[in-house]
Amino acid sequence: MSSLATSSRSLSSTLTERRLPRWMPAANLVLAVLLAVAIGAGFGLSSKLQWCLIGAILFVAIQYVASTAVEGRRHAKNTMATSLVWVAFLLALLPLISVLWMTISKGIGVINANFLTHSMNGIAINQDGGGLYHALIGTLEQVGLAALFAAPVGILTAVYLVEYGRGNKLSKAVSFFVDVMTGVPSIVAGLFVLSFWIIILNMPFTGFAGSMALAILMLPVVVRSTEEMLKLVPNELREASLALGVPKWLTITRVVLPTALGGITTGVMLAVARIVGETAPILMLVFGADTINMDPFNNPQSSLPLFVWTEYSRGTDQSQARAWGGALVLIALVMVLNLVARGIARWKAPKGLSR
Amino acid sequence: METPRDTSAPPSGSQNPQAPTPHLAGSSPRRGRSSLSDAGSTGRRGDAIFKFASSGSGVLLLVIMAAIAAFLTVRAVSAISADHGNFLTTADWQTQADPITFGIAAIALGTVLSALIAMVIAVPVALGIALFISHYAPRRIAQGLGYVVDLLAAVPSIVFGLWGALFLVPHMIGVNAWLNQYFGWTFIFHQNEPGTQPRSLFTVGVVLAIMILPIITAVTREIFLQVPRAHEEAALALGATRWEMVRTAVIPFGRSGIISASMLGLGRALGETMAVATVLSPSYVINFHVLDPAGSTIAQTIASQFGESQGTGRDALIAAGLVLFVITLLVNGGARLIIARRKEYSGADA
Repeated sequence: MSSLATSSRSLSSTLTERRLPRWMPAANLVLAVLLAVAIGAGFGLSSKLQWCLIGAILFVAIQYVASTAVEGRRHAKNTMATSLVWVAFLLALLPLISVLWMTISKGIGVINANFLTHSMNGIAINQDGGGLYHALIGTLEQVGLAALFAAPVGILTAVYLVEYGRGNKLSKAVSFFVDVMTGVPSIVAGLFVLSFWIIILNMPFTGFAGSMALAILMLPVVVRSTEEMLKLVPNELREASLALGVPKWLTITRVVLPTALGGITTGVMLAVARIVGETAPILMLVFGADTINMDPFNNPQSSLPLFVWTEYSRGTDQSQARAWGGALVLIALVMVLNLVARGIARWKAPKGLSR
Repeated sequence: METPRDTSAPPSGSQNPQAPTPHLAGSSPRRGRSSLSDAGSTGRRGDAIFKFASSGSGVLLLVIMAAIAAFLTVRAVSAISADHGNFLTTADWQTQADPITFGIAAIALGTVLSALIAMVIAVPVALGIALFISHYAPRRIAQGLGYVVDLLAAVPSIVFGLWGALFLVPHMIGVNAWLNQYFGWTFIFHQNEPGTQPRSLFTVGVVLAIMILPIITAVTREIFLQVPRAHEEAALALGATRWEMVRTAVIPFGRSGIISASMLGLGRALGETMAVATVLSPSYVINFHVLDPAGSTIAQTIASQFGESQGTGRDALIAAGLVLFVITLLVNGGARLIIARRKEYSGADA
């Protein structure tokens, strides 16, 4: 075996090129980390971020040099791309994990039954205790109201685009503006409701005003996802139903929509998950309150993201601890909505259409 | 309100040619299928109602968009007419003072700068992660990673803001000092007062980058997964290395998707409010030194000034919001144009 290998190398017409051993990336990684620690400690770089970056650059460089030496330039490029992709992934994972880890570790200590069932009424900023019950109520009501408007309007719009419009001028315009609406920043939606509802109509700050802005943000997401789902419904189903003499609207409500129901529900829940975390419009329109206000149509309310923001900006240790607690509850709510949405998608996926 | 209604009318008329007079419409279903006349007539009415409801929803959406533009413009015009400075070139934001002077020069610059920093960091890294998940990661963990990225894309921005302000800002001091020391000559990384808290546009850009990373990744990963296997296998069969396969088969197929994902991320970064408001210590000066704690963004100005503003002050914020709206419109429109043009020339669909 070895004689064969040496002879083929000497002939210089090889069938298999020389490759780096499989353990090479791991060894290089260890080497790069050691060097990074040495450089970081040696030069007295305080920030661990710099250590990570130096290590990453060293790793890619070592991989490239080793690969050029052994495998030639084409493979060296390939090796470098592979290492860059791995480095990008690992480096990006760090801050994202850090966000989750900070939120969980700092938030978990705050959350208890008292935190979830009490408001901030009468709690001084440098005092322990208090809770986010008022914010939870506010979030659920505002998001519920927004969904109550955006879900039916969004689904009907998607029905129009897919079942009726099919390329006419109105549907093209609607389709274009759905895309435009997707890009509307949340604060602009908030400013719109502010200018029209509060400044021009002279209405007070209420949860309802906030839910109008949330509905605007939710609408395009619902339309897009529902549209995609309706397009997946096979035309044979529509034709079969219409051929039996069923009117078009019954075909849509009894055949098309039920077939796509799972996907539509998923889309609506993902849209809800997106607006649950919106702070800016709530800040401008609901205004925030420390007390429990069950009525979204009268007087200011609070909401979870707004609770996080106000507690953060109060600046004391106790209030910042509460902010982390609020952030954890918010993330948990979003994650649960996402997981439920995905569960529905998997459970209700039309057979034969799923991957 | 009137024009969209008009455009919706012709199709409904053309579908029911018998509709013009109620007399005819009522009698028509009975012609062909007498035994089904009841079902037929309720079907017609149901059809009409349902069609009206669904096209009405579409029109409502257009009306909302028109109303957003109209109301913002009305308030913005009244604010700009009260402005004693030049709205486009003034850097200051003095809406309580007399005379009222404000302009978007500084905050528009801050918005664009921080979003650009975010894009420069996030887009390559996001492409790397998307490639990793779609083509490099071991099959078994790839799908799980996809789920994780989707979940991270849903983390609310206020959480990123909280993390940025309480965790990242202290950890950026070293990076800032290092950048200033070795790259201070590039003008952009020059620090006027070294050693200040890095509540700067650069830190904002980093937070925004981390925030839009999962969003860009989620979209590009979807696109990369749709690359036809035949393309990839053809490249590999010709002897391409994995990177050459990615470059010749995956990236060209996904180019328009990459652009639209980046634009989605850019839109988020431009309009982001809370992650900026928590991290930045704002000031209304035109500032290109991104490491200095100076400058501000439009969304952040609106959020932080809103509580203290009344009357014209609020209208001024609405004018700033209108500028932000226009910027995001341009970005999205540009992305759509690029995608449309790419679609024409790429043979990827074949």
